[in-house]
Amino acid sequence: MNHLTPERRQRCERLIALYPQKRSALIPMCHIAQEQDGYLSEPAMIEIASMVGVTPAEVQGTATFYDMLHTEPVGTYVVGVCTNIACLLAGGDDLLAHAESSLGVRAGGTTDDGVFTLEETECLADCDVAPCVQVNHRFVRTTTPDALDGLLAELREGGRADEIPTHGNLIRVERTTGLVADPEAIAAERAAKREEAGA
Amino acid sequence: MSLTDAPQIVTARAGFDDSHSIDRFLATGGFDGLRKALTLSPTQVCEQVDAASLLGRGGAGFPAGRKWSMLRKADVSYLVINGDESEPATFKDHLLVEKEPHQLVEGVVIAAYALQVSQAFIFLRGEFALGLERVQTAVNDAYAAGALGQNIFGSGFSLDIVVHPGAGAYICGEETSLLESLEGKRGFPRIKPPFFPAAIGLYGEPTVVNNVETVSNLPWIVLNGGEAFAALGEGRSTGTRLFALSGHVRNPAVYELEMVKHTFRDLIFAPTLGGGIPSGTGVKAIIPGGVSAPWFYEEHLDLPLGQDEVAEAGSMLGSGSIVVMDETTCMVKAAWRITRFFSRESCGQCTPCREGSGWLERILFRLENGQGRREDLDLLLDLCDNIAPGLTWPPQQTTICVLGPSIPSSIHSSISRFRDEFLAHITQGRCPHA
Repeated sequence: MNHLTPERRQRCERLIALYPQKRSALIPMCHIAQEQDGYLSEPAMIEIASMVGVTPAEVQGTATFYDMLHTEPVGTYVVGVCTNIACLLAGGDDLLAHAESSLGVRAGGTTDDGVFTLEETECLADCDVAPCVQVNHRFVRTTTPDALDGLLAELREGGRADEIPTHGNLIRVERTTGLVADPEAIAAERAAKREEAGA
Repeated sequence: MSLTDAPQIVTARAGFDDSHSIDRFLATGGFDGLRKALTLSPTQVCEQVDAASLLGRGGAGFPAGRKWSMLRKADVSYLVINGDESEPATFKDHLLVEKEPHQLVEGVVIAAYALQVSQAFIFLRGEFALGLERVQTAVNDAYAAGALGQNIFGSGFSLDIVVHPGAGAYICGEETSLLESLEGKRGFPRIKPPFFPAAIGLYGEPTVVNNVETVSNLPWIVLNGGEAFAALGEGRSTGTRLFALSGHVRNPAVYELEMVKHTFRDLIFAPTLGGGIPSGTGVKAIIPGGVSAPWFYEEHLDLPLGQDEVAEAGSMLGSGSIVVMDETTCMVKAAWRITRFFSRESCGQCTPCREGSGWLERILFRLENGQGRREDLDLLLDLCDNIAPGLTWPPQQTTICVLGPSIPSSIHSSISRFRDEFLAHITQGRCPHA
């Protein structure tokens, strides 16, 4: 019994076909698994391992290196508040403290209802709108406590679903085509051309 | 707005609300650079880039033409675009991928043609969800327009581009670590030599890794000629460059400016640029090129924004991100926060970086919180010296990659310049700014 839905398995197969080596699809496939479960579950890691031809331990060992891949359940909305240098200068610490009190959890925690996980993040590359806040990796640009509270209330009521999909939905644009250039044929052709030019 | 009349080379469309759409792109000269490139031989395209003297815009500032020349003869090779923009306070590639995604794709196709590679990867940091969607859309559009895929615009040249999402790790901005990540592994940097990407890169094959901004310049360079690009700026710093300005300024933003022709003072204080410091106090410190760079101060304000000018003054222009800290800023807290970043992002392979960064972070934390000791200052510098012996600039290296030797920059800078402020934390038993 597969854990990933047939549609997602298909997307994974298409991803694998884009790379000269299967394992390259591992991280993009982890994102697809997070889209299904909201986090990177154990059965998903086992299935990814068998699809790319590595051990489940290798998938886990790779995934846990990366901040965006969560091997434990997280909230529907992962709220990241940046406190790195540019945001620190703009009061990122205070905004994070406010988010902690609004949500009633410390950074790293998830609310009891499972709606929000709060994270203190490193620089998210949006330093002109500081302090920077992301929800599910969308820049929401709520730089004040009031704006942040307003957004949290909206999300709690299911608002802004188009703009901010639930956690795990990262890239909603599908690639429209597989690989069309044949690297081996092209390499052979180019080698022949070079020989011709050299001769 | 640039204070000179230099053109906007990479942000010409960014002011339009629909700058990311294929319609806007095509209506504003989209693919003109690519069409022209395909009428030239690959060697001629390389010559234009050489003539432009285009320096890489990722951080190291290596000439793009020379990087390419290392690869031109190999059979199977890859082009990888580094869009893992994670150096704190750097947000220029963020703008390019969201606002100018088609220009990026066009630049990638030109670079791939010049290098005669048949597969390119655009690696974007995973946190750029919108950027990933827009670049994937731009790739789809390019296939549909015949600007990508088989027999591009009837030229006989074929190319595939794959958009690859990262998953959150600063270290993947380091090019060999990025390649490991692209191979589906932990982002552990590879040791150079032998793992210079041009020799042994992706899947062990010769690979060029170029930054997003670097290749975004290519459509303009091909269309207008390398010499027109080289006529902008001065010396080795040619063309324009994106400067990401943040911190204590009225107008934090990304500014495309002609290289060398503007000073730090222009960028920070000109009404059409940074607009000055909101608190009305002076500049206490500037981080001139990402948090890996040693700090500058008031006396550096009239230094031109040029690669060599900044290097000669003892720092680096790096990723082109400039953070302004005004007189109200606690230097201990700033140094601590930057060091904690490195400590969190150290990949853990090398002992000096892994252990050193954590140790440094904890000492700075206790100093900031009034628990420090007088001997801590020497201890900090001694630890820094173990990571980057001699505390020189550019730094010596005891680690596989340059993350480690970047750690001392903020600590060495802040202690050298603001020793009294550190001592005040110790004698008062608290942060004087808190």
